[in-house]
Amino acid sequence: MTNPISRRGFMLRGALGGASVAVGIPILDAFLDTNGTAFAATVGGGRLPVRFGTWFWGCGMIPERWVPQKAGADYDLPPQLAPIKAVQQHVCVLSGFDVMLDGKANLPHISGNTAVRTGESAEAWQGIKAPTFDVLISDAIGSGSYFRALDLSLDGNPQTSYSYRNGSSLNASVPSPLELYEKVFGSDFHDPNNADFKPDPKFMVRKSVLSGVGEQRRALLAKVGAADRARLDQYFTSVREMEDKLALQLQKPPPAQACLRPDAPVPVRGDITDIDVRKANHKLMTRLLGMALACNQTRVFNMNFDTAAAELRRAGDTTGYHQSTHEELVDRTLGYQPTVDKFALGSMEAWADFVQTLSEIPEGAGTLLDNMLVLAHSEVSLAKNHDVSGIPVMLAGRAGGRVKPGLHVKGSGEPVSRIGLTAQQVMGVPVDTWGAGAMRSNRAVDEILV
Amino acid sequence: MKRCLSRMVLVTAAGVAGLSILFSSASPGKPSPATAQSSVRRLTEAQYRNVIADVFGRNVEVVGRFEPDLRVDGLAAVGSSAVSITPAGLEQYDAIARHIVAQVFSPDNRARLVGCAPGPGDPDGATCAATFIQQTGLRLFRRPLAPWEVRDDVAQTLGSARTLGSFDEGLAATLVGMLTSPSFLFRIDTPARTGPSGMVDGYSKASRLSFLLWNTTPDDALLAAAASGALDRPEGLQAQVDRMLASPRFTDGTRAFFDDFLQLSEIDHLSKDALIYPAFSTSVATATREQTLRTITDLLIDHRGDYRDLFTTRRFAMTRALGPIYDVPVSKPGWSIYEFPEGDPRVGIVTQASLLALHAHPGRTSPTLRGKAIREALLCQQIPAPPANVNFAVVQDVNNPTLKTTRQRLEAHLDDEECASCHKATDGIGLSLEQFDGAGQFRRTEHGIPIDVTGKFDKVAFDGVAKLGQLFHDSPRVSECLVSAVWRYGNGRNVQAGDQSAVDDLHRSFAAHGYRFVDLVRTIALDPAFYTMGAPAARSLTAARTAMSKGKAS
Repeated sequence: MTNPISRRGFMLRGALGGASVAVGIPILDAFLDTNGTAFAATVGGGRLPVRFGTWFWGCGMIPERWVPQKAGADYDLPPQLAPIKAVQQHVCVLSGFDVMLDGKANLPHISGNTAVRTGESAEAWQGIKAPTFDVLISDAIGSGSYFRALDLSLDGNPQTSYSYRNGSSLNASVPSPLELYEKVFGSDFHDPNNADFKPDPKFMVRKSVLSGVGEQRRALLAKVGAADRARLDQYFTSVREMEDKLALQLQKPPPAQACLRPDAPVPVRGDITDIDVRKANHKLMTRLLGMALACNQTRVFNMNFDTAAAELRRAGDTTGYHQSTHEELVDRTLGYQPTVDKFALGSMEAWADFVQTLSEIPEGAGTLLDNMLVLAHSEVSLAKNHDVSGIPVMLAGRAGGRVKPGLHVKGSGEPVSRIGLTAQQVMGVPVDTWGAGAMRSNRAVDEILV
Repeated sequence: MKRCLSRMVLVTAAGVAGLSILFSSASPGKPSPATAQSSVRRLTEAQYRNVIADVFGRNVEVVGRFEPDLRVDGLAAVGSSAVSITPAGLEQYDAIARHIVAQVFSPDNRARLVGCAPGPGDPDGATCAATFIQQTGLRLFRRPLAPWEVRDDVAQTLGSARTLGSFDEGLAATLVGMLTSPSFLFRIDTPARTGPSGMVDGYSKASRLSFLLWNTTPDDALLAAAASGALDRPEGLQAQVDRMLASPRFTDGTRAFFDDFLQLSEIDHLSKDALIYPAFSTSVATATREQTLRTITDLLIDHRGDYRDLFTTRRFAMTRALGPIYDVPVSKPGWSIYEFPEGDPRVGIVTQASLLALHAHPGRTSPTLRGKAIREALLCQQIPAPPANVNFAVVQDVNNPTLKTTRQRLEAHLDDEECASCHKATDGIGLSLEQFDGAGQFRRTEHGIPIDVTGKFDKVAFDGVAKLGQLFHDSPRVSECLVSAVWRYGNGRNVQAGDQSAVDDLHRSFAAHGYRFVDLVRTIALDPAFYTMGAPAARSLTAARTAMSKGKAS
């Protein structure tokens, strides 16, 4: 095995030659509108990026208590949507969009979720074929910031994530507010508003070392079979991405108006599956996420308020949310399952809180939320029988002026893949058709587009 | 609303054809989901930790979150041949590596772990760097570094040292690179250049052997055997295998297998309702995992016992933290063996709190989850997911005035033939464990009614979990499942049609020699087939069903 001229050798000579900033580092593209996709209005001569995120909650809703009657603007708020009243102007409700199973079995809590995320239902996450849409969006817009994406969960379990490159490649979550703080605002954090920026030679060295790691690619790929090659190639892509993010650390970040390094969060004590504790931790996590976005640390995120097949409970109860959806009797007077209703309401309260927090961070002439598109969804509509028709979806934000907020769109049985397609197109992914089988669609949800 | 979808749908959901077959299986005789041979396996978290401890010492802490291991048909060892490293995962490995390296170069450790430094005879430290890189690289990469690798790493070190104004910082940066290198993070097989074709080379053999027996990187003696070619000769291989099986480190390797086989790492994410189960806590949960592993190695290694006796043993490893859960006095500090008396319901590992608590809800038991877990882990069967449209309300109303016990409520479920087909398989086992609550504590009654612990396993009715343990002990399916699991664990893939006769032979030999786990592992380690190069083939994981799927049965 020989390695006569190495990329690292070249970089090293650059460093040894006295260059203060390493040779070969790509120009920061964060604020260059090269593809015309990820940028919004201008402010003070700079352009504001548009960010994308998902917000997931488990076990859906009770349709007759959630779906608005009136379509368009100023839609009515049924009881389970009442919590979003204060932020309704930011939120589009997309009701009645269906998962088509195409003859496949409805695997509880999996079929609906995989269908929303990949445009095709699968019977296990490992069986999915295509990346989830958040990954496709992050491929298009994620590379200019320090974190390509932030995957977040609140249950202490990094496997609580519905973001997949493929069936065997899960994007694991940061499972607590404190870990998120350390990841984003720890020792690697560069305050974009810091006046005296000096590139730290440590980042230059780390980048150079990684470049050497990356050089092994060709020799290793030649050694292995096709399936292993794809896996190793994915690893080397990760190496390349890390080199790029270290390169970002060597350049003065553009100022970020609303960026303030937050204090470390104090985690809420108690059972993290208890819904009140969960909501409090979610609030902490949301504030940190808002600052991570305002400080341009990432442009893509996935926030998982709960797992599919919700694990939320009330401390002291033998029966949790998920079990209640199947076991609780419908109250004859009320006409619905009262415990299930309370948990669904709690999830909507958390969602409203999430939207509110992001809408309070000023940016440019508007707010951070104006420069975002957040897609909230669950994995079922009525959890009692794992119904995947009319899976609830909501959008928040204006996506830098490309999306009309505050509307209710009735899907009338159209495939839910239209929503995933729309989100990708809004975020600049060059895609005109998305999904598989009966879920394949080339029609965006035009009603919400400017 | 339908109470249940048709049986046909259940069967379709399992991906198994035929009305009478409910289980797909990774055990002999039944086809497994395809997992092709691979020559690249990602280190599991446990392996990473073991390697660092071996190379740098136990006082060097490994702190950080690893990219989660992937279970394929229950085993992370099989998943290790399917996973890669995501961008966020690599960030984690990088952060973990930097933390390790800072400790290696700390004043406390530097002299022991690095030793040399630039001096009059080695002004820029090039010789020191080369020595360190070669020695450390051999253990981390499980093979000698190529001359160009050493040359590049030394040049990198010196360049970094100049940029940072410190030799140590330069060498530390290079070590971080080694710890994020694919040669470290993945076990990559190299084909042998000489000898019969299709075999891996001596260093890859050493690696396979070491991870199978000790779950860590080869030690100096094994590396020397690889270098000398001793591993290519039957007597040389046998000498190493016997040396390693006799070492206390084989206990670590056995623990690693059973931790994977019984999926005990899930205990890390286990939480119980503190109001309902005040005796249960995170430290208790950790102790339950340790208890099961110690109980297993006490029988299988320390006493060279019969694997099947794990299902009838009354000897439980015990520690103070578990006293309240088992309601036994524990006066000795640390761990000791506690023997439950004849007639006590604690018999066999299925009555240990680890498995009982893991497969229950946060606030109550679940015979279905317990039965499913036992069927899947210990019998290598797969239970299909429940159909989507089931009304459980009548079945599991805990305030139901007539159906007071979980058994009564679940049995109401069995009136429906479609539901019954799966529940008979799971609940027949799970209900016999109902005397253990959701935290694994013994109880005699539920809502004032004595708990009935009769059940059915493979058409045989039994009364009480001790009888179930005996049925497990006597069932060839239990030992066949273990054999195929150890084979899959060692080879990092599922049993395929061409492997079946070898696995069958392995089981015959296991049975003929008294079901000794040590002998089973020894047979695998001495078999030349264990050292063949994986034929690269297209991987299909589409059919793989795993514990990572997000839904849970009720």
